[in-house]
Amino acid sequence: MTESVLLMGAVAYDPKVVTIWDGFQRYFAARGLAFDYVLYSNYERQVQAHFAGHIHLAWNSPLAWLQSERAAAAAGRQARAICMRDTDCDLRSVIIVRSDSGISETGGLKGKRVAVGASDSPQATLIPLNHLAASGLIPHHDFTVLPFDVLTGKHGDHIGGERDAVRALMKGEADAACLIDGNHLLFSQEGTIAPGTTRILDSTAPYDHCNFTVLDGAPDALVDRFGGLLLGMSYADPEVRPLLDMEGLKQWRVGRTSGYAALAEAVDRFGTISDFVEALAARCT
Amino acid sequence: MHVNLLETGFVEGGHLLVKRALRLAEKVTVRGNTGDLELHLRAWCRTQGHGFRWEPGGYALLTRGSLADARWAGAGEAGGPATVADHPPRCWGLAARGAVVEAGTPEFPFLLSDKSEVWADDAARLYAQAVANQWDPAEAVPWDAPFELPPEVEDAVVQLMTYLIENETAALIVPSRFAAQLHPHFREVMQVLAIQAADEARHIEVFTRRALLKRNRLGLSTAGGQASLKSLVEEPDFAIASFLLSVLGEGTFLSLLRFIEVHAPDPVTAAVARLAAQDEARHVAFGLAHLRRHAEADPGLRGRLAAAVQRRHESLRHTAGLNEEVFDALLLVAAGSWDPDQLRLGHRRVMRLVRDMADGRTQRLLRLGFAADEAAALSELHTRNFM
Repeated sequence: MTESVLLMGAVAYDPKVVTIWDGFQRYFAARGLAFDYVLYSNYERQVQAHFAGHIHLAWNSPLAWLQSERAAAAAGRQARAICMRDTDCDLRSVIIVRSDSGISETGGLKGKRVAVGASDSPQATLIPLNHLAASGLIPHHDFTVLPFDVLTGKHGDHIGGERDAVRALMKGEADAACLIDGNHLLFSQEGTIAPGTTRILDSTAPYDHCNFTVLDGAPDALVDRFGGLLLGMSYADPEVRPLLDMEGLKQWRVGRTSGYAALAEAVDRFGTISDFVEALAARCT
Repeated sequence: MHVNLLETGFVEGGHLLVKRALRLAEKVTVRGNTGDLELHLRAWCRTQGHGFRWEPGGYALLTRGSLADARWAGAGEAGGPATVADHPPRCWGLAARGAVVEAGTPEFPFLLSDKSEVWADDAARLYAQAVANQWDPAEAVPWDAPFELPPEVEDAVVQLMTYLIENETAALIVPSRFAAQLHPHFREVMQVLAIQAADEARHIEVFTRRALLKRNRLGLSTAGGQASLKSLVEEPDFAIASFLLSVLGEGTFLSLLRFIEVHAPDPVTAAVARLAAQDEARHVAFGLAHLRRHAEADPGLRGRLAAAVQRRHESLRHTAGLNEEVFDALLLVAAGSWDPDQLRLGHRRVMRLVRDMADGRTQRLLRLGFAADEAAALSELHTRNFM
């Protein structure tokens, strides 16, 4: 792997990923940064490749961040989050019910069916189920979990699982559904959730989403240049605005890791990533 | 500024009130009685880059983000509603003339983007006239009028219709192709080309229907006739194609269609020829108008047009041109019977038609600024297929 080209990994959850990173590649090249990217079909493969040294940095889901952070800690290495989107900060998930359901508090879900997204989705499965568990309702024990497992390995990046969960709620096949706040707004705007037909039963605390993850040993100068160029992008610049629109942000921000506590608690409770992290760390040591 | 959405949800129109307030004030409080107001406002502000805080009093405090208007930085007007640019940039794309276009709009590969090449000051008037004069084939033609022609005369009409259909098909394809290459900033020209294609679609319909009115098969199509039309359809230059099609071809067809109308053996044939001719007159008028303007701006244009006529003449020199069956059909229709004296009369009429066609072409060439001798010479070189 040459050190003159910064190599990034991204997960191909949608064809637009190619358009986005081809565009950023042109932007970086025009500013003197040799940059290339590798697409993976799932985050686990990307995290493994990152630790194997195939890529210098990874555009990671929050779950992939935790996988990287924990594997690094176990292997005596360091992981850091260098940048994230403004829209990655302070998200919330909600648990909604039909307005006519008669369920008025979280405890009312006991014995009911709760629709969730992909099994590895932080926002539509892990964080809201952990929130319910912290409230005293243990998934699969106190209520039935109805998974809508669309594209496992993509950590819920694909919106399909959440939409299917909401549709199940609307059809009466589920008593509650879990989804992120942004998708609640989207589904309300597009009519999947008709006004007045659902009610927000509960909401999680704020949490953060994706980040660019770097492991120790990455070429610092290239990584610093990459981060500087990201932070220098302006939404007023017509060259990058379409790319920022596709990636869903107005501004890049310096990465922070303070917003992953809720997810960390969830994966600890459910043991979601422990086997993966253990196996990966074992290979690194 | 304070906004109270009351019972109206954010996604039920409430967002308009919030957006309006943020245009007017940097800080806006938002109240409302719907259960998802906080959730929706929070998510919306995040995507729009606005600050959001949920206050203990049960309302939101929004702070307008610095990037709220960033999308329109560097935007520009695509001319004015009544101001036509000489060289509209390709990045104006499909935007309405006068619209504010976001910077970074993708460029469209319009090949015809110079006003001098395409514009006609008369385009808006010709388009309005075309719209006002659209006719409904079902209503405008007396399809049920009773008539019965001698079999050979009916055959002759079917042959004429067959010939007209393939020529009108070329006349549909040519403006359609250039409409797709034209910068839409020249809206009136685009509309003229579009309605011209629609006219031809209707002509094809009525000629087909007349051909099949008494028969269940059509007439003959020759290689020579199609070679002539192919040279027209394949002409890549807008000015030359427009010249060959509208000024020379459709101009010639004006005489032909009026001839068919006058000598038509039945009311249906007369009607379809008359209706088509009135549309063709508009097509000729547009061709003349924009080429006259183009020639004034580009003195070399006439030379290129003349060379195109000569080139086409050379390429078609060894083809048969007008098929014999069409010529015979015209003669028989003009004669009206098999009586030898009538046939001679019919022949004289067709010869007169050919002279009328040539005279009409010469007159139109003169209007484009060609010298008299050059106009007469070019008229003689026009394809024997008429179109």
